[in-house]
Amino acid sequence: MNAQSTDIATYNFAYLDEQTKRMIRRAILKGIAIPGYQVPFASREMPMPYGWGTGGVQVTASIIGPDDVLKVIDQGADDTTNAVSIRAFFKKVAKVDVTTETAKATIIQTRHRIPEQPLTAGQVLVFQVPIPEPLRFLEPRETETRKMHALEEYGLMHVKLYEDIAKHGRIATTYAYPVKVEGRYVMDPSPTPKFDNPKMHRSPALQLFGAGREKRIYAVPPFTEVVSLDFEDHPFEVQTFDQPCALCGAENVYLDEVILDDHGGHMFVCSDTDHCEKRRADGHHGHLAPETHSASGKMEPAE
Amino acid sequence: MTDEPLLRVSALSKFYGSRVGCENVTFDLWPGEVLAVVGESGSGKTTLLNCLSTRLLPSSGTASYRMRDGQWRELYRMSEAERRFLMRTDWGFVHQNPADGLRMTVSAGANVGERLMAVGDRHYGRIRATAVDWLSRVEIDEDRIDDEPRAFSGGMRQRLQIARNLVTGPRLVFMDEPTGGLDVSVQARLLDLLRGLVTDLGLAAIVVTHDLAVARLLSQRMMVMKDGRVVESGLTDRVLDDPRAPYTQLLVSSILQV
Repeated sequence: MNAQSTDIATYNFAYLDEQTKRMIRRAILKGIAIPGYQVPFASREMPMPYGWGTGGVQVTASIIGPDDVLKVIDQGADDTTNAVSIRAFFKKVAKVDVTTETAKATIIQTRHRIPEQPLTAGQVLVFQVPIPEPLRFLEPRETETRKMHALEEYGLMHVKLYEDIAKHGRIATTYAYPVKVEGRYVMDPSPTPKFDNPKMHRSPALQLFGAGREKRIYAVPPFTEVVSLDFEDHPFEVQTFDQPCALCGAENVYLDEVILDDHGGHMFVCSDTDHCEKRRADGHHGHLAPETHSASGKMEPAE
Repeated sequence: MTDEPLLRVSALSKFYGSRVGCENVTFDLWPGEVLAVVGESGSGKTTLLNCLSTRLLPSSGTASYRMRDGQWRELYRMSEAERRFLMRTDWGFVHQNPADGLRMTVSAGANVGERLMAVGDRHYGRIRATAVDWLSRVEIDEDRIDDEPRAFSGGMRQRLQIARNLVTGPRLVFMDEPTGGLDVSVQARLLDLLRGLVTDLGLAAIVVTHDLAVARLLSQRMMVMKDGRVVESGLTDRVLDDPRAPYTQLLVSSILQV
C-alpha cells in the first residue's frame, strides 16, 4: 500500500495476492488430476478463525472471477452467520454478484451440504473441510496414513465400519462417510450427511475441497465415480425421514429438526433453505406452513 | 518338512554407526520349523528379528524367502508395497508388548478381522464368524468379541495378538519374547497354546527369547547370540544338554533351579 492511498485498506482482487492464488490453483489442478488425493498447500492466514471455512474461502478466492455468481451455504442454509459473512466478504473484496439461488450460482461454497437441486456442468462446489484425512481417527500418524494412501492399504477403513456394525447392528456413521474416488483413493467427503454421498457420484459439477488448518486441497472432477464404502451384507444406505418437510411438504430431502417452544414442540424442515423457499413459492405446503405466506394456488385445510 | 527351505539368510549384518547390532548371521529356516534365538539383552536378537521381518533394513547381507508360488524373492529388493503385503498375509509378528501389535481402541473382533479386511474381505458375517472361531482357538470367550483389548488381561491380550496374526494363515511368524512379562501359570498356558497352533498349522517361526525354558519347549533348533554374533547353533536339546561354546555353558548353568 502506498502512503497517499486514502482507503483504510486496499485489497487485491479476491483478497489473496496473485502469487498465493497461483500456488493454490496449482494445488487445485493437481487435485483434479489425481481425484481424491490430498494435495498439501501453503494455507494462508485468513481474516476469520480456523474452523470457519478458511480452506474453502481460499479455494473460492483462487477460482473466482469478476463474472462469477457466488452462493454460500452453511448446513444448507443461506441465512446463517457463516454463510452471510463469507458472502459479504466476497461481495466486498471481489465485487462479485451473490445469490441464494442454486441454479444461478457459478460457484457454491458449502459447509456440510450439497444442494437438493441437481448441479449442472460448469458449476463449482467448494467444500469447507475440517479434517481431510479419513484415516485420522484410526491411525494418528500422518507419515503412516500417507503411506497407506500411497500403497492403497484401506483395510483399516473397513475396521471402522465393522466396529459400527458390532456396536450398533448397522453402519452408524451418518456424516463424513468415507468414499472411494475413481476406484483408487479413499476420501473424506467433509462432514456432509451421508444423504449427500450419492449426489457426488458422477456429478456434472466440479467439486473442490479445502482444509485451511490442515493445509490440504483435494478434488472430484465432473463425472467421477464416487462410491461409499460398505460390506456386502451391510450395504450403504442413506438416511430416510418419516415425514415430509413441515413447511414445503418435500419428501426425499434432508431435514433439520427445529425446536418451536419450551414444551417439546418441534418440526422437521428442509435443511436446504433455497430449495424450501422455491417449493413454497411454487405453491407447495407442509402441514405447518403459515397460510399468509402461501402464493397463489390451492390452499390446504388446516389440520 | 520339504527339502527346500522357506527362508535363507546369508551374512546378515546391521551396524548402528560403529556399533554392532548383529554381524554375519547365516542360517536357513525350513517350513514348519521353529527356531529360537537366545542370548542376553543387548546381544542383537531383536535387531536380527527386525531385520528379518524387514522392519529394519540391514547394513549388508541378504535374506530370500520362498513365496507361495515357489518363487524365491530377495526381501530387501522387494518394494515396500510387496513387503507390507507379505507382512499382513504370509507373515505374522507377535510383539513382546501386545499394545504394539494390537489396536487398543477397536474391539477384539475387529482386531482379528483387520487382516481379512485388508486383503479384501467385504462380508461382515463371514469376518465375524472367522473372528469368533479364532477367539475360541486362542481360548478367549466369544462374549468378549466386542470388548476392547484395553479391558483384557496381559495374557488375553497376548493370545488376541496371536489370533490377529494367524487369521490369514501365515507360513512364517516372528515372535519377540512372546511370554515376556506374563506370570508363570499364564506363560505355561500360552506356551501350550502356541505349541498346539504351530503343530496344527505347520507354521515356521522364529522366536526371540532370553528364556531358555521357552526355547526348549517351543523350538526344534536354536541359535545362541552374544555381542551381535552367533556363538553356537544346533538342535535345541543338543545345545541345552551339551553346550559347547563357553558363553552357552555359562548361559545354561545360570538357569535358576527351583
